[in-house]
Amino acid sequence: MNRLATLVGAAVATLGLAVSAASAQQITGAGATFPNPVYQKWGEAAEKAVGIQLNYQSIGSGAGMTQARNRTVDFGASDAPMSAALLEEHKLLQFPTVMGSLVAIVNVPGVADNQMKMTGELLADIYLGKITKWNDSRLVEMNRGLTLPNLAIAPVYRGDGSGTTFVWVSYLSAVSPQWKEKVGVGTSVKWPAGTGARGNEGVASTVRNTRGAIGYVENAYALQNKLVSTQLRNRAGNFISPTHESFIAAAENADWNAPNFAANLIDQQGAASWPIVSPTFVLLPKDPKDAARSANVMKFFDWAFANGTKLAEELEYIPLPKAVQDAVRASWKLHVKGADGKPVM
Amino acid sequence: MSSTATSAPAPLAAAARRSGSTGDRIFAGLCRGAGIFVLILLGAIIVELFIGGLPAFRAFGLGFVWGSNWDPVAEEFGAIVPIYGTIVTSVMALTLAVPVAFGIAYFLTEIAPTPLRRPVGTAIELLAAVPSIIYGMWGFFVIVPVMAQYVQPVIIDSLGEVPLIGVLFAGPPFGTGIFTAALILAIMIIPFIAATMRDVFQTVPPVFKESAYGLGCTRWEVMWNIVIPYTRRSVVGGIMLGLGRALGETLAVTFVIGNANRLSASIFAPGNTIASLVALEFGEAEADSLKLSALLALGFILFVLSFIVLAISRLLLRPRAGQ
Repeated sequence: MNRLATLVGAAVATLGLAVSAASAQQITGAGATFPNPVYQKWGEAAEKAVGIQLNYQSIGSGAGMTQARNRTVDFGASDAPMSAALLEEHKLLQFPTVMGSLVAIVNVPGVADNQMKMTGELLADIYLGKITKWNDSRLVEMNRGLTLPNLAIAPVYRGDGSGTTFVWVSYLSAVSPQWKEKVGVGTSVKWPAGTGARGNEGVASTVRNTRGAIGYVENAYALQNKLVSTQLRNRAGNFISPTHESFIAAAENADWNAPNFAANLIDQQGAASWPIVSPTFVLLPKDPKDAARSANVMKFFDWAFANGTKLAEELEYIPLPKAVQDAVRASWKLHVKGADGKPVM
Repeated sequence: MSSTATSAPAPLAAAARRSGSTGDRIFAGLCRGAGIFVLILLGAIIVELFIGGLPAFRAFGLGFVWGSNWDPVAEEFGAIVPIYGTIVTSVMALTLAVPVAFGIAYFLTEIAPTPLRRPVGTAIELLAAVPSIIYGMWGFFVIVPVMAQYVQPVIIDSLGEVPLIGVLFAGPPFGTGIFTAALILAIMIIPFIAATMRDVFQTVPPVFKESAYGLGCTRWEVMWNIVIPYTRRSVVGGIMLGLGRALGETLAVTFVIGNANRLSASIFAPGNTIASLVALEFGEAEADSLKLSALLALGFILFVLSFIVLAISRLLLRPRAGQ
């Protein structure tokens, strides 16, 4: 009993020390799950480089927006952009930090990575439950070189509300009027067909375990789990494989002048663009309670923009184009002001 | 107490009694306080859930309970799919678990050789302590592939073709679904029910059983006519404990139920339970949104459901007239 008490005491003391040593430069963030791996990596590296310790909780984009509105964290994070009206109402500045891409993954016997040709319309019809067999004439038509089996298609989606789903259904809505009308866009939707799995890992495992399954995950998960992705037809009509180059092409062809940086990278122009690329956002109060902490948030992302590119690319994220990073930096100076009305940064 | 009172001198004994009675009073007060605290806590949770769910109840009325539409985009919410999923998976799990648990308890108290009883009994208790996430992951990585590749295709191709009952087994073999969830739940609640049953079976006075054996009863007759009637209340209590866990189980179910908010007659089709749906959607429900309110309302419904189950079990356990 005594020994236990000593142990507990020691543990508490160590913890206390650790906390007090770090609290000088600590910043807190909460929200989106999609950028969580890269934020954690940046956090580790930034602590060594500039002495700012990031405590990021990936609790979901919706919760991240709520926490940013309630000012319970230094910054909120969301995969879906917040509406201009809400940003205005809650005095929040929105800026992108990094981009990611989604790929469609399939488990069809005899089909290898990047062999199958897909279009957004076909994907929408599969998830609407209108195409139910892999040897459907429309799929066969598109894939003359492949022998597609007489196998039921099992669509797999994210059962939990998620930014990944938001991006996926944004794409389906952009390419299929019927999807837009029947289902629409949200972090979770009313799926007309298929089965739900929890998290990117859940979707990846379900697709791998189910013959005839099709799913959608962030590119990093498809690569890590060695899943079979498909080609997709982009707006220009070309079939594109999900490669780093095609993601970069999409980012460069996007119109970043949208208000609040809410750029739409879904199904954009460009001969080599991958059609499902999306930025993830940070929400920062324009009237910070604690100017020093807010300044540290900006310092953190400033460091990440300048030095975090390689870390992000290792995790299969796509860094923002240089011009966009500079525009974000300018917006910090312009919008985030302390109590004295002077820029915090 | 009494020995100190007799041996100690009179004034000391009186002091001891007085301090004892103060202690008693404090202790009684603390106990009463603890009891009342639990009641208040329970009441507060119910009220809080109801208030949180009020906007949803207001928006959809009683239709919230019967509606089958769960559409976060259009902000239309109905709870019948998760309610149906919760009840069906729990009842199926009980149907699977009770006979097995009874068998385990029967074996451990009547048949097993004495050296085997302790280790097997301990193993059962250990199983009851396994966290649900473990069951969930095991179900997802082990049971689901087996169901998808071997069990479901065979049943779908055979029983699925039979008229009338065929719809119960129709659909593509995802591996996940209502039946898989019920199976995992059954495995999770077997240790609970078995451990309770074994404990109460052991409370039967040996003289009862010996008399019955003396009259020439078989083991089964002793079990059915002596042990079960004697322990009826506690056995039902143990089953209700299992049902309670099955109703509220979240993580393990989420992994294997398929998470689809659609009604389907097939037990192989993906579905959802209240607890699983709330856990999945909570992170993306914004403050003050109708969705959050609908989720809290679901929590309230789950509370009511558990309460009804408890009430029914109390009703079943009412002492019969003349007993």
